[in-house]
Amino acid sequence: MKAMLAIISNALCRITGKNVGAQTVSEGARVVVSRSFTDFTPQATFDIKQCDLHRLEEGPPLKAELTREQGLQYYRTMQTVRRMELKADQLYKQKIIRGFCHLYDGQEACAAGIEAAINRSDHLITAYRAHGYTYTRGVTIKEILAELTGRKGGVAKGKGGSMHMYAPYFYGGNGIVGAQVPLGAGIALACRYQGNNQVCVTLYGDGAANQGQLFESFNMAALWKLPCIFICENNRYGMGTSVERASASTDYYKRGDFIPGLRVDGMDVLCVREAAKFAADYCRSGKGPIVMELQTYRYHGHSMSDPGVSYRTREEIQEVRSKNDPITVLKERLLSNNMASAEELKDIDVAIRKEVEDAAQFATSDPEPPLEQLCNHIFCNNPPVEVRGTNPWSKLQSVS
Amino acid sequence: MALSLRCFLRCGKNAVSAVRQRGFHRSVPAAAQVTVRDALNQAMDEEMERDERVFLMGEEVAQYDGAYKVSRGLWKKYGDKRVIDTPISEMGFAGIAVGSAMAGLRPICEFMTFNFSMQAIDQVINSAAKTYYMSAGLQAVPIVFRGPNGASAGVAAQHSQCFAAWYAHCPGLKVVSPWNAEDAKGLLKAAIRDDNPVVFLENELMYGVPFEMSEESQSKDFTIPIGKAKIERQGNHITMVSHSRFVGHCLDAAAVLAKDGIECEVINLRTIRPMDVESIEASVMKTNHLVTVEGGWPQFGVGAEICARIMEGPAFNYLDAPVTRVTGVDIPMPYAKILEDHSLPQIKDIIFSVKKTLNV
Repeated sequence: MKAMLAIISNALCRITGKNVGAQTVSEGARVVVSRSFTDFTPQATFDIKQCDLHRLEEGPPLKAELTREQGLQYYRTMQTVRRMELKADQLYKQKIIRGFCHLYDGQEACAAGIEAAINRSDHLITAYRAHGYTYTRGVTIKEILAELTGRKGGVAKGKGGSMHMYAPYFYGGNGIVGAQVPLGAGIALACRYQGNNQVCVTLYGDGAANQGQLFESFNMAALWKLPCIFICENNRYGMGTSVERASASTDYYKRGDFIPGLRVDGMDVLCVREAAKFAADYCRSGKGPIVMELQTYRYHGHSMSDPGVSYRTREEIQEVRSKNDPITVLKERLLSNNMASAEELKDIDVAIRKEVEDAAQFATSDPEPPLEQLCNHIFCNNPPVEVRGTNPWSKLQSVS
Repeated sequence: MALSLRCFLRCGKNAVSAVRQRGFHRSVPAAAQVTVRDALNQAMDEEMERDERVFLMGEEVAQYDGAYKVSRGLWKKYGDKRVIDTPISEMGFAGIAVGSAMAGLRPICEFMTFNFSMQAIDQVINSAAKTYYMSAGLQAVPIVFRGPNGASAGVAAQHSQCFAAWYAHCPGLKVVSPWNAEDAKGLLKAAIRDDNPVVFLENELMYGVPFEMSEESQSKDFTIPIGKAKIERQGNHITMVSHSRFVGHCLDAAAVLAKDGIECEVINLRTIRPMDVESIEASVMKTNHLVTVEGGWPQFGVGAEICARIMEGPAFNYLDAPVTRVTGVDIPMPYAKILEDHSLPQIKDIIFSVKKTLNV
């Protein structure tokens, strides 16, 4: 049977004159003849939405080039984040994840697009809706989910939780709204000080955009020409408060005042990528900071304790899902330009689901951190210190 | 003849001493009188020279030479990159300092006074102090927050608060409070070299006070370990524990009490957190009496913590009397001089408290 299928498949290839590329002949009923890779369009150029500009003569290009590899990579990244967040939702409802859990589904294009535009050795810091960036900055799904479930295999050994995950060149995960923005400007200061041509991407939300410390950061970043890309992920709601009810001006890309800004379609990964590239080039050229507003949307409520429908309509959420979903937008581009096949994408989906499922398995079965480690990591590079426990006879030890 | 002989002798004496001096070739004399301000300045200068990642930022630290001239000359020597004047944006620049520490630098963040640090306290506590723990050791924050703390003279309520208790409450921070020039230099150097967030509480009234600094303490590698108290004066009858400016008050009180035959042991805490309780306990086990002296308010303060720790440890059984706390008066600081004078521990208050504790 297998031999016969192979003969048929070879014949077909010879007939069409195509190279005999990777052929899969599945044992079983169906004849599956995969198309060889030269079938697909290797690269295409897409029109992307123009950005609104503030104090800029020119903006990012209106066309974006996308190779097949890039398309599949962005798809994989966004789909992974999507499935990971949905898994976290599930685990939270099973009470395996506790406390705060702020999910990122809907906003995947922002994380994927930014990561595509910057170097691994550029720096990034964000607020508490951080799981997506934790992944794009290199932490494995396993380590993320295990951190959410508070196990020792978590990226912060279970000591941090949802809002406090870290990686090289990734500074979290920050719980205090807006506090990460001066931190990001400080990381940019370190870049400039060290002369390493790196930039710092500093993210905040439409809610945090009204924090005073942002304006203090804008001022100092502009004064000292810090290579800081301030990015506002405007998902229209700061917890339960819509932008119209929170901000006298909802033009977040203009809030930097003397700092140039651009407003970007945050649901299109190519738009985000081109804008982030533009911003990174701007900063690297020594011109100082720049502000970017990504118009995006979160499907979940603010956190797992917010159903997300008391301050917005289900219709609105559904409308974004059907017309503007970042993964669907990319998928349609890939399919309609013959850059990938539906099957291929489906295979990717299946593989990702499995990966996330395996990670969830790990996250639910890994042991919790041992009690002996309760007091560790108070100080860095320090001899062990004694820590008072809950009562005077409880003398615990803290090791660096 | 006599005149010329006298001249010769005078010159000769000078000549001899000149020869003696020439033999030493020291840039700095053996022991020297150094003000606390200069000691701090030297500490920063030496550490900035030693490690190019160390830099200073704060209001007026550069071109003004420092609001209290503590950073005098540093901007001239190191320039804009390493001595940075900030706008009046405490929350912003404290956050920037913390971020720069996360990304590999070693900032010294100056608050013009620690009263203004309240604007930035979230960055000190939530961004700096807790991060190493929250990240399970992935992210260190090697930063020093320094500036004058506590009461000055005539600056009234909003500019006179002592923050030792506030910061020392928090795990993840080291809190240091030097008294004299040697403390100031050794502890600041240690703080800058420490890979953890250190809150360094200076005292404005001490800046201009000179102290003798030993030759050893003038060395560029001289540091004082954080977390170790110093016994400034030995005594057998009663232990006095203090920090910062009031160490001097304790020593003055001890001198007066000595005339009455009361020998006080004066402990200079040097570090508030982690507190060297062992030194206090060892002393109390010898003297059986304890008085704490501080400028801050009594409730939930440094003295209160010492009381609790003594009760929980071996020294409790050696106490012949309850611990006495001498503190600032529990009020916002008034302005009028007579009121201000009576808002802080005076030497007579310390003497009175010692005698009461000893029941003499």
